[in-house]
Amino acid sequence: MKYICLAYISEEGWGTMTESQRNAALDEVFAYTDELRNSGHLVATEGLQSARNATTLRIVNGKVSVTDGPYVETKEKIGGIYVIEARDLNHAIQLMSKHPVVRAGGVEIRAVVDMSAMYEASRERRAAAKS
Amino acid sequence: MMSEQASNPIYDQVDAIYRAESRRVFATLIRLLGDFDLAEEAVQTAFAAALEQWPREGMPENPRTWLVSTGRFKAIDVLRRQARFDGSVTDEMLERRGGVDHAAWDQPEVEDDRLRLIFTCCHPALAPDAQVALTLREVCDLTTEEIARAFLTHAPTIAQRIVRAKTKIRDEHIPYEVPERSELPSRLDVVLRVIYLVFNEGYSASSGASLTRHDLSAEAIRLGRLFVDLLPEPEAQGLLALMLLHESRRAARVSASGEMVLLDDQDRSLWNREQIAEGIALVRKALSSRRFGPYTLQAAIAALHAEAPNAAATDWVEIVALYNLLLRVDPNPVVELNRAVAVAERDGPAAGLQLVEEILAKGELENYHLAHSARAELCRRLGQNEKARGSYEKALSLSQQEPERHFLKKRLQELPRK
Repeated sequence: MKYICLAYISEEGWGTMTESQRNAALDEVFAYTDELRNSGHLVATEGLQSARNATTLRIVNGKVSVTDGPYVETKEKIGGIYVIEARDLNHAIQLMSKHPVVRAGGVEIRAVVDMSAMYEASRERRAAAKS
Repeated sequence: MMSEQASNPIYDQVDAIYRAESRRVFATLIRLLGDFDLAEEAVQTAFAAALEQWPREGMPENPRTWLVSTGRFKAIDVLRRQARFDGSVTDEMLERRGGVDHAAWDQPEVEDDRLRLIFTCCHPALAPDAQVALTLREVCDLTTEEIARAFLTHAPTIAQRIVRAKTKIRDEHIPYEVPERSELPSRLDVVLRVIYLVFNEGYSASSGASLTRHDLSAEAIRLGRLFVDLLPEPEAQGLLALMLLHESRRAARVSASGEMVLLDDQDRSLWNREQIAEGIALVRKALSSRRFGPYTLQAAIAALHAEAPNAAATDWVEIVALYNLLLRVDPNPVVELNRAVAVAERDGPAAGLQLVEEILAKGELENYHLAHSARAELCRRLGQNEKARGSYEKALSLSQQEPERHFLKKRLQELPRK
């Protein structure tokens, strides 16, 4: 079972840290990421740039509007994403509970939806439409 | 349970077995079939089959095994037929359900199934009100109408909560399992919180309001007993003790005219001594484990009240000591308030009032009616009638329960006019 884990962090907190504090924090995060990888539970992970660098697309007045900033303004921002492989939700909770990023803000866990059946049906519909 | 109008005693036996075993059968079928709804249908089908076959063939040697087996086979049958018509039932699903060995019928497994059910219904990933609804529906077998009535809401609201919870269990793959030892303390907390919430819903209702709400407390106690039987953890014992001790005073809490009676003024001959004895025994057991927590300590305080032959004989020194312990494990303003009231009993109203004023000054209990009524009582005892009046009025403005409001109004009337 795949689970997507969104790691929320307080960017303010990060901003007030010294360089050695930041290094220590990064070491903790990377160490645990290594653990997940080595135990075969890590499917993918990416760090995110600051939410200030986010760009959001919406429709305004019938046109695509490009604006600066994240879609939703929250106190904590999404700082990283993980896709993990776990037996079930309890296992996913166990794996992410030990991740230092939980202390930095929080982690949202959601099961990945297996869209393969939906995708197949869509492919057939689109193929039929072509013929 | 559907009952045909037949004189065959088998029907009564099936009925009795339904009452005693249907939840166990259900809990095991969830494990075997991997789905709440399938399991529910399977239970109904199994009992229907029992009603049909047992009068002809006689009762099986092990009815529960028969019911589980029958329910499972019929459910898989339905799934197979469905598979032929639509692709939603995969071969993998069928294989997983069909290929279970019969070591599954072992007694310990079955007891674990009931624990699995409780822990799954009380999973922290489910919304708290969904945990309550799901537990009452699936573990206690209350109907959605009964649950709705008990919580003063509508059946469709409850039904929707339950459907959402089951959907989340399915979609997020919340497993049907008893938590590991390391997870047990936090998972146990959630279960106990649900049980206590159900108890309090029934406890705070006035006796006149509705029989249903009284049954809710009984349901919570039944649930507590079941849980302690399956998992004799000290805090579970403590919670059961607390509920029994609270419940033991039910008959004395309300006067014949429906008015609220304070603990001090209650007719102790109306207290249920059996529940008190059971509660005290449980408190002792829990305390002796040295792994107890807030529920056990609250129960120990309730036990001291229960043991006092009259209000004057209450061991307030010991009660304050217990509150000191309770504050260490569960620091919160309501516990501080209750401790202040106990201090007033031990050291006099002036000492207690000082503590209550300090607590109110912090602001957290500003909207808590009991904080203001406690202040009012202590002011009244000290003859500070104007302060008492102000606090009674504030408490009245915040109180929702009719018997309490009636009590507060009476106190206001009794205050000497300037």
